[in-house]
Amino acid sequence: MDDKVVVDRMKCCYCGGCVGVCPKDALELQEVAIYVDSGRCVKCGACVKFCPVDALSIVK
Amino acid sequence: MIDKEFDAVVVGAGPGGSVAARVLAENGVKTLVVDKRQEIGAPKRCAEGINIASLARVGVGPDPAWALRKIHGAILYTPAGKPFKVDLGRTSGYVLERKIFEKHLARDAIRKGARYMVKTHATGVVMEDGKVCGIRAVHMGEEFTVRCKLVIAADGVDSKIARSAGLDTSNPLTDYHSGFQYEMAGLKLSDSEVLHIYFGEEVAPKGYIWIFPKDYDVANVGIGILGRLSGPGHRAREYLDRFIANHPDIFSGASPIEINTGGIPVGSAIDCLVADGLMVVGDAAHQVNPIHGGGIALAMNAARIAAEVGAKALSEGNVSKERLYEYEKIWREGDGVKLDKLLKFRFFMEKLDDGNLETLADILESEDVIRLTGGEYRFLVKRFIKKAPKILPLAKKFLT
Repeated sequence: MDDKVVVDRMKCCYCGGCVGVCPKDALELQEVAIYVDSGRCVKCGACVKFCPVDALSIVK
Repeated sequence: MIDKEFDAVVVGAGPGGSVAARVLAENGVKTLVVDKRQEIGAPKRCAEGINIASLARVGVGPDPAWALRKIHGAILYTPAGKPFKVDLGRTSGYVLERKIFEKHLARDAIRKGARYMVKTHATGVVMEDGKVCGIRAVHMGEEFTVRCKLVIAADGVDSKIARSAGLDTSNPLTDYHSGFQYEMAGLKLSDSEVLHIYFGEEVAPKGYIWIFPKDYDVANVGIGILGRLSGPGHRAREYLDRFIANHPDIFSGASPIEINTGGIPVGSAIDCLVADGLMVVGDAAHQVNPIHGGGIALAMNAARIAAEVGAKALSEGNVSKERLYEYEKIWREGDGVKLDKLLKFRFFMEKLDDGNLETLADILESEDVIRLTGGEYRFLVKRFIKKAPKILPLAKKFLT
């Protein structure tokens, strides 16, 4: 239950594409940061799958 | 400090947002545009192609400052590498320098009286009695509220504004492309006045690779693959890097000067484009061509329509969902019809294997491809009956 989506800030290109694929509105692109709202995130993995540069992952 | 009351607030200063702002301002609407980026136009999430007619449609004339390269055709490469030339003729266009293009559109809106704020992150709408009546935003760490009668959400695939008003703008992985692009210099292009498009399951599953020239040796080199097929070890970036490694004839002396990534909605527009006091345009509304993923032209045209309707609605003192629906109606009867047709064509294309694509290249002519990209595909069934009976069942299923 403590799994969470984390962003590798060195890989992320801050395009916000992951925000557009999140069904729960749990992600947010600020200018050079992706924020994950753990309360909303259901760990469906859509953003992890989508990311063109492998910057997102679900960690225990 | 800027006023905190406007007639209209546009969120997002991309091509859609700035066309909306210009048209609103031209109609005497006191308009504020906010954009979270500190520089309008950057970073781009775009291959930068547009056709000439789409610029004219929203009253934008090509300017050499941003219309970098005139494009008169395309070469489509089959999975086996066979080139298929398309003469774009009347639908010819440009590859843009989007960083300058967006700033020019903003400048034009400001000249008409619109106000802009950059590095200003709109965090959500303000609602009263279920109606949108402003936005909350943060500028350089300072939170503030702007009250207005009308909000236009032009805030891209990562839109928060429409969602905060209760509209679902999320994209399923089956209707969303994962995009990756290098802008590269030092390329050796066989023809730098055409678009180069590469197909194939090994090249770009359910998508394509593009080379859009910006100069004789500079181009956007990018890829979109269906989101559903992206994942560890087979992401957009990996497909593109492999393609580059496999084409030393083009890339041996080339290097990237920029990396761009992005999500591309390819499922046609969201179910509802308006709410009380709110209209959604562009990528946020999924107003993107489902076949090629192009969105600039569609966003600008939707924005123009939304702004014209919005200005009238404001002057009448009625920005209800019912009144603003006029925008949705005009859009769905225009570009919307074409997009729905192209969505069906996308579903058909996704079912084709590499062998089918080779067959298509053998039985189609250049003009056929122009017709297909315009959403005209009924002739295909007849063609398949005669020349490609194997593909006929798929065509009948998806295209009739």
